[in-house]
Amino acid sequence: MILSVKNLNVSFPAENGQCLKAISNLSFELKEGETLGMVGESGCGKSLTNLCLMGLWPTQAIIEFDELIILGKKIPRPDPKLWQDIRGSKVSMIFQDPMSALNPTMRVRKQIFEVFRFHRNDINKDQYEDEAIQLLNDVGIPDPQKRLDAYPYELSGGMAQRIMIAMALASKPQLLIADEPTTALDVTIQDQILTVLRELIEKYRMALILVTHDLGVVFQNTENIQIMYAGEIIERGKTKDVIHHPSHPYTDGLLKSLPESQKNQAKLYSIPGVVPDIHDRPPFCQFAPRCPKAQDLCDKEFPIWHKNNFSTAYCHFPMDQDNK
Amino acid sequence: MSALKLYLKLLLPHHGALFGLIIILIFALMAIFAPLLAPHDPYTIYPDFLRIAPGLATTSKGLFLFGTDDVGRDLLSRLIYGARLSLLIGISVVAFSSIIGGVLGLVSGYKGGYWDTVIMRLMDILMAFPSVLLAIVIVSILGPGLLNTIIAVSIVAIPSFTRLIRAQAIAEKEKPYIHAALTFGAGPWRIMLKEILPNCGAPLIIQGTLGLSDAILNAAALGFLGLGAQAPLAEWGTMLADARAYIESSPSLVTLPGVCILLLVLGLNLLGDGLRDILDPKVGQKR
Amino acid sequence: MMTVLKVENLAKHYPIKGWGKKQQSVTALKDISFEINEGEIVALVGESGCGKSTLAKVLMKLTPATSGRIELFSEHDYQDEKTPRSTDIQMVFQDPYFSLNPRKKLWELIADPLLIQKKASKEDAKIRALELMERVGLRTNMADRYPHMISGGQRQRIGIARALILEPRVLICDEPISALDVSIQSQIINLLLELRQQFSLTLLFITHDLTVVRYLAEKVIVMYLGEIVEWGDKEALFNNPSHPYTKALLEASPSIFGQKKHSPLTGELPSPVNPPSGCAFHPRCPIAQESCRQKRPLLREGDDKRLIRCDLV
Repeated sequence: MILSVKNLNVSFPAENGQCLKAISNLSFELKEGETLGMVGESGCGKSLTNLCLMGLWPTQAIIEFDELIILGKKIPRPDPKLWQDIRGSKVSMIFQDPMSALNPTMRVRKQIFEVFRFHRNDINKDQYEDEAIQLLNDVGIPDPQKRLDAYPYELSGGMAQRIMIAMALASKPQLLIADEPTTALDVTIQDQILTVLRELIEKYRMALILVTHDLGVVFQNTENIQIMYAGEIIERGKTKDVIHHPSHPYTDGLLKSLPESQKNQAKLYSIPGVVPDIHDRPPFCQFAPRCPKAQDLCDKEFPIWHKNNFSTAYCHFPMDQDNK
Repeated sequence: MSALKLYLKLLLPHHGALFGLIIILIFALMAIFAPLLAPHDPYTIYPDFLRIAPGLATTSKGLFLFGTDDVGRDLLSRLIYGARLSLLIGISVVAFSSIIGGVLGLVSGYKGGYWDTVIMRLMDILMAFPSVLLAIVIVSILGPGLLNTIIAVSIVAIPSFTRLIRAQAIAEKEKPYIHAALTFGAGPWRIMLKEILPNCGAPLIIQGTLGLSDAILNAAALGFLGLGAQAPLAEWGTMLADARAYIESSPSLVTLPGVCILLLVLGLNLLGDGLRDILDPKVGQKR
Repeated sequence: MMTVLKVENLAKHYPIKGWGKKQQSVTALKDISFEINEGEIVALVGESGCGKSTLAKVLMKLTPATSGRIELFSEHDYQDEKTPRSTDIQMVFQDPYFSLNPRKKLWELIADPLLIQKKASKEDAKIRALELMERVGLRTNMADRYPHMISGGQRQRIGIARALILEPRVLICDEPISALDVSIQSQIINLLLELRQQFSLTLLFITHDLTVVRYLAEKVIVMYLGEIVEWGDKEALFNNPSHPYTKALLEASPSIFGQKKHSPLTGELPSPVNPPSGCAFHPRCPIAQESCRQKRPLLREGDDKRLIRCDLV
């Protein structure tokens, strides 16, 4: 098991002394070599979840969990110091904006060497150059020797993201967390980056958590999926099954609202209302106020996990798969 | 109104700014209600009571709490009326320089090119001289007096406003909402005054507060040099200058106007710095 | 059918300031010619740097064209006008936050075009603004709020209402949904289609998202490095893309149907300061030949009445 999270809760202190729950009772597991897509709209907590897994939560956040095991190492309490030997060496992360994640004053070479120096005891200094060139080759950077001398501002967005991936791989991690890695990039460049990522995941047998809002990207690149809404996981399963046979009404609505699912200006479905504000979340099912299938029960009790042939959904009244 | 409430709410926990605000409010109240607060007329001369030391002793002409000056005028009353004069000078200077500097800054930042070059070089020339020195030069040309002091100090204060507004205008003019206004056919003046200027509010308030303290200090300096407000006007700088000769025999005559200048300028600077902390980081922008 | 917008040989160069050397310039648009008929939805597709936003800016007179002709409603002098003809052509901006002045109330934002054009008194403009708020699906009791107090989707509705208050006949939408969440995107698309009927609008829809284009557009213009590379009916283009770049774009666009089996396009967009010789696409083109490096292909007629800038297909 690469990762096991049980009942992760994240909250923020509010002005009036109350606590605002950003993430509630989040549990999931990740097996070796598994690729997991985390999907949700902005503010659903998908990025925050992964920052917590990396021990990088915002300072004012209050973190609680029943169990957190990262690569066989049990983390007893939420103390960022306990992440020091995990972060970077066994788990790496790449972000949406590669330009701000790279140090603008350092050449690419030095930034990659830094990673080697901290996390790779198996190679000595003379091998750094060769290893770095090998890495840049892996991520498909032409003329790697020359690129090592470049400063980040000399790189295009796509190149910078490739460098970020190379740096993330430099420590030979077993888990890679990619937070919207291609959102800032153009379609053809996104395609290149995702292809590189797919190949490398296979080559190095890494597990991958791919955070994105783009259902197409998840569908093309992950084997499992979990959908998040307002700080909770509301559906999980095989990516193909969830996207083609969604069980949770939110997932269903989200998919139906994609322009791809309709032809030629036929009216698109749109989920009524907006995502609840963190100050004002419903007490039980988070989606109930917007849900077409909601009944009285949804406002009185917490949802339960329903399992069908395709996926499991956190809902009292999941979509009926037989009518499809 | 809600914006004012928000600022006050943010200001309250900021002790420095709050302290500054209290000082300024005290001086402002003094200035507004000077005729009610002052125990004597500031210009009445009591020939029998020259340079009386501060104290609680009652005389035949009433109480001189802070004593009297070298020609027998009540110091406390003069200080109270001095607040009026100082604030009047400060506010006129800020109003005058912010309007002229603001317009120049808007034109310079928004129009760019030729306009920018001419205006900014002009400002560079103004800024090349130390501010008091430049004010002295201008007053020497115009002649001493209250109005000329205001003009001189205003001219000195223009560049800081111009630069501030120019920077803001340059930052704002590339934002899509300016493009949107252009697509509706808005002309340059409308864009400068109705789109860009309202977004310069926070920096203007900060610079205005700090500019007020600079103006008061500069005006007092001119008064002290005999180039500003002329005797018998109760202006702190002028009072300070007049009392120089008695620094040993009646130290309070020099000290008290000095303390007034110090307190007011300190208050304004504290408030200005506090406002900068509060207003600058995108307050009212996103949340 | 009436042609509402006709563009001929439009070009836009930006000079680059530099020390020493002779004045260089970036070609943002080159040889742009197309026309849009009344009531059509035309999608302008391309990746960042292809010039699609520059084209919108030129059409809205936010920046002057270097050369070429623009005809709006068959009047030949639009390219010489300095200011946009706001009552005929309007624009919805990409970023619903920065395209609204943060210091203005929502109704003021919507009413602004009327006031700038002096078409109504302040009272009348407010009444019109409130009417439009309702028509774009906003409650009128929000009229006195400021942009930072509402959500992204609501802000974009304000942007749309504002663009429609002068009742233009052409609406340019520059990536109007790309800054929004998925579930909000469909609301805005629905709204735009609804309003298009009500206001009988002609839409020029600028986007990089091909799934939206496939759903929405009637005609498609594909741009690459400041040039039109393919232009034709949507069905034809999507079912049978001719230009290698159009093909690559379609294949790269991530879909929730069917796994992809292609290899991605190599290389990146070349620098517009130093564009490749011959065909702009040849360094990345999977079918490029020696001749592509020499000769710049012209826009020629292809299958299904489309225009295409490639000599090999």
